[in-house]
Amino acid sequence: MNVLKPALSARINGAEQLLAGDPARRLSHVLREDLGLKGTKVGCDAGDCGACTVLVDGEPWCACLTTAAQAAGREILTVEGLSDGPISALQESFLRHGAAQCGICTPGMLMAAAALLQRVPSPSVAQVENALGGVLCRCTGYRKIIAAVCDAGRQAAAPALPVAGHAVGAAIERLDGLPKVAGDESFGADEWPEDALVVRAIRSPHHAAAFAFGDIASWKRKHSGIEAVFTAADIPGRNAFGVIPPFADQPALAEEAVRFRGEAVAIVAGVATAMRDLDTSDFPVIWKPIPEMLESQAAAAPGARLIHDSREGNVLISGMVVAGDADKALALSAYVAEGTFETTHVEHAYIEPEAGAAWMDGDTLTIRACTQAPVMDRDDTAAVLGLPVERVRIIPAATGGGFGSKLDISLQPLIGLVALKTGKPARMVYSRGESMTSTTKRHPARMHASIGADKDGRIVAMRFAGDFNTGAYASWGPTVAVRVPVHASGPYRTPNYHASARAIHTNAPVSGAFRGFGVPQAALMQETLYDDLALGCGIDRLEFRRLNAIADGDRSVCGQEMKGAGIRECLDALVPAWNAALERVAAFNAVSTDRKRGVGVASCWYGCGNTGLTNPSTVRLGITADGNVRLHQGAVDIGQGSNSVVTQICADALGIPVAQFELIGGDTALTPDCGKTSASRQTVVTGKAALLAGRALRETILRMGNCGQDAVINVDAGRIAITEGEVRREIGLAGMPVDANGYVLCAEETYDPPTVPLDGNGQGKPYAVYGYGAQVAEVEVDMKLGTVRVVHMTAAHDVGRAINPMLVEGQIEGGIAQGLGMALMEDYIPGRTENLHDYLIPTIGDMPDIESILIEQPDAEGPYGAKGLGEHVLIPTAPAILNAVRHASGARITRLPALPHRVLAAIREAGNAS
Amino acid sequence: MTYFRPARLGDALSWLKDNNGRIAAGCTDLFAVTQDSRLQGPVLDLTGVNELRGISEETAMWRFGATTTWSDVVRAELPAAFDALKCAAREIGSLQIQNAGTVAGNLCNASPAADGIPPFLILDASIEIATLEGRRTLPLTDFITGPRQTTLGAAEIVTAILVPKTAAAGRSAFRKLGARRYLVISIAMVAARLVLDGTKISSAAVAVGACGPVATRLEAVERALAGQDAESAAALVTDELVARYLSPIGDIRADAGYRIEAATELVRRAIGECTVTDTSEVAA
Repeated sequence: MNVLKPALSARINGAEQLLAGDPARRLSHVLREDLGLKGTKVGCDAGDCGACTVLVDGEPWCACLTTAAQAAGREILTVEGLSDGPISALQESFLRHGAAQCGICTPGMLMAAAALLQRVPSPSVAQVENALGGVLCRCTGYRKIIAAVCDAGRQAAAPALPVAGHAVGAAIERLDGLPKVAGDESFGADEWPEDALVVRAIRSPHHAAAFAFGDIASWKRKHSGIEAVFTAADIPGRNAFGVIPPFADQPALAEEAVRFRGEAVAIVAGVATAMRDLDTSDFPVIWKPIPEMLESQAAAAPGARLIHDSREGNVLISGMVVAGDADKALALSAYVAEGTFETTHVEHAYIEPEAGAAWMDGDTLTIRACTQAPVMDRDDTAAVLGLPVERVRIIPAATGGGFGSKLDISLQPLIGLVALKTGKPARMVYSRGESMTSTTKRHPARMHASIGADKDGRIVAMRFAGDFNTGAYASWGPTVAVRVPVHASGPYRTPNYHASARAIHTNAPVSGAFRGFGVPQAALMQETLYDDLALGCGIDRLEFRRLNAIADGDRSVCGQEMKGAGIRECLDALVPAWNAALERVAAFNAVSTDRKRGVGVASCWYGCGNTGLTNPSTVRLGITADGNVRLHQGAVDIGQGSNSVVTQICADALGIPVAQFELIGGDTALTPDCGKTSASRQTVVTGKAALLAGRALRETILRMGNCGQDAVINVDAGRIAITEGEVRREIGLAGMPVDANGYVLCAEETYDPPTVPLDGNGQGKPYAVYGYGAQVAEVEVDMKLGTVRVVHMTAAHDVGRAINPMLVEGQIEGGIAQGLGMALMEDYIPGRTENLHDYLIPTIGDMPDIESILIEQPDAEGPYGAKGLGEHVLIPTAPAILNAVRHASGARITRLPALPHRVLAAIREAGNAS
Repeated sequence: MTYFRPARLGDALSWLKDNNGRIAAGCTDLFAVTQDSRLQGPVLDLTGVNELRGISEETAMWRFGATTTWSDVVRAELPAAFDALKCAAREIGSLQIQNAGTVAGNLCNASPAADGIPPFLILDASIEIATLEGRRTLPLTDFITGPRQTTLGAAEIVTAILVPKTAAAGRSAFRKLGARRYLVISIAMVAARLVLDGTKISSAAVAVGACGPVATRLEAVERALAGQDAESAAALVTDELVARYLSPIGDIRADAGYRIEAATELVRRAIGECTVTDTSEVAA
């Protein structure tokens, strides 16, 4: 066919655009790469996540499943075209309701919602669920998104930001929210230097294998446009990284052998056009597979092959906490419950696969990538690349969800190596499969425990032992092994206690940090046994927990005297919801046979920050000669809200309105270290540093004005006015000396929570601050199919002080969504569920109504009394749901996830036993 | 030319004869299995062929053009016998998938878990296939021969799915079982269609998917139901009657034994739904 084809074009956001290049290209690719419309996000390239949803002639389509040819001649609308003005009413509603957290799914959600609203201006919840069912969100738990869409038709003015001194406690819109709803937030994949080389990794298809390379030079010659191929031999520094330096063991590129499926052995860098669809199946690597050990049982068995020669018995580490005499007390207990529990790998499944770019800025290697821990990234990358840390700069990109996995470096040393070696900028975006196979997971756990109570139902003893499958490399395995014994008692008085946990190496994916560091697994064990005990003692299950709730003055299992313990208050607050739910389900069950409803409760406690180890944050607050107030806020906001919360705290400490703050993010060249966004520490630790910095600067200003504590500070252009009663003083900023950071006034404060390291028996003061919570789940079980629907959740969380109640609710709802997924559907199987259609996370239709009850039992140490929350919110969900399933159906689930076939089998088992 | 998107079926057939290409329509399956930025050619995209899209009523049959999307099915005015098909259409992936995915694509992809197949099975559907030489039709049951296997020849294009008027009678229902609400691959799914004569079942059609290499009609169940009282029909469905047609695998979604049990229960519920709806309308 020798005919000149007319060029393809489409009307995109109202303007005719050429769709150049191959007509078989994905529309998502054309939009992002050719037209610069990067508001359309790519989460899976398979239609599983809906992040790339655009409107084609008014209907939602996945741009990743649409060819350019199919888009031609059509009307395409992307997030960039949603509004002629700044943002549309729908986008405003998203902001107002806190419907965007990390923001990566937001454009897809907005487009799906826009299509609905065109047809149905005031949709019902069910209509919203049907319309948005094809877009996955991992942060929000969807409820605020539903509320925002239902409310989009309402014209509402944005609530005014609070005046000076009233930021703490105000449910303000997130301060960094506008770009998230506008679609111009810049994530790891959204920015790169022109002509950056595209980097791809060659990864192991085997769980365990020795390997050798063939003739890489001639392979490279065969493929035009390839600039470089690098292997472990090219790594200039120490080819072993890890979040906990003494355990650093993971090679950036494997040497001679791979220990898990998806481990990288080489990287290829080349010009974008050559790399785009490069077929690497003929890359010259010869694999010699080794029989793999994927389960901790096999790896811990005597004589098992060692994954790391230096780690005997494949035990990375074990942790233990001992108080009193558990065995003796158990023997004397009136009631003893005993059982086992098994959990599986859980994938973080953030909608943003890892992505970033690297370039040389003079001598400095600069990496802009998604992350939860910029300074740790810098240090680990520098070590791998043999650079002093001063020569590595990390600029955190907006991060599209992390939940623990983006604490570990992923592509940073790979793109860094390319930039360093070639001198050219480099960029890399993980595919969904690559993200799932190569990054960390929640530890699968095999646990056994016994808990004893006296005749009145008071807990007297607990014995717990757990093996945690830590996978091929150390990552956060040590943290899990330490945190679990500290927390396995739950927030309950447990005078006699023996808990141990081991992190076992296998050829499974690296298990790392995931919201709760092993504590959610342990809570499943403990809370299941608590229901056994309550049933055995004949005490109402909520009452049983209230009876045993740890209180101020009690000693924890680590011997720490508890202060500000709010678990009893949480449980008390749940009593009305609990009683109402019990009544509701009894009424339902009286007339329903095929479906039964049930209610369950579970609690959490969680120490904020590192366990008995230093973990400081440093906050810098400066005022320029022009009167600009800049907060160097290095706590990476991955959607949880630290940009807002830390600013709110600092604003009140300084005594000026939050609206006046300019935020400087966690760029390692600009901002002091605020540590990692993990361990529920940012509100407490960075928040406290921000409080101290705000106060320090306030004191400096008051001293300069010779005014007392109650004076009012006003920062204006070029001057600060201080008013105290009738007295008004002014400080002119213009003539003042400017410091190295560009400030005429500056405070920099560090806070490190006071802890005492644990001794050999796990005794000490592991955390300065704990947060608490409890949740009631109401579920419906299909007695013939074993399916479970969560009908309602009531969550009471003691946050000490809710700095921003809307963000607190957002955390609770998002944590519940992940807990629900863990309980009912999530099962990462290496080699089998490496995509988002085989690995299931909750959709918008799986989430129940959630009622949040915020308890504010202040903590003396936390800023304005605040406690951490990020991980707490996930911990009670799964056990509360399972306890409700049991209440409904009799099914006692001891293995996650509670898929329909497992629930039905457990119902049968319960029926046979009774 | 590696990507061809003709406007006419004749051009499509000619191209296919000369090129050993893949046929694309909604691309929801083709793009899902590659990480590439494009479909690697040669590709024949049928979505530009207008005559292949749409639902029409003919003298003796209903014709579903091959590239009719699942959203088209949802929006179409169809007799109650197609309720199962419509329900299945709403359960396929998400709105995004339903807007792109086509009826023939779902059948040609021939996934054992394809939600579109059981509803067409209970409608006695046939597949119309065109080549440059002419057209042929064959029953859907003969078209899909195994997991991701059909009898479609290299130079052939599915042009339509045909439902005889004789089968477009009665009421139907579809039940899908998955571990979450949206975007879920079925553990099992069932379509059932009952034709009632007063309170008696005059004929029944029941099909199960995701419980064997191909979706299948449950003829023994259908025979057992014929002539029975509609109200008590669901109770006549036994594990034994259902199980003999199924050969499920145990996989990540469920074990094999569960699939049989669940399928049986879903059959009961689908039949119950067909009869309840009917009764209520009679009562009203």
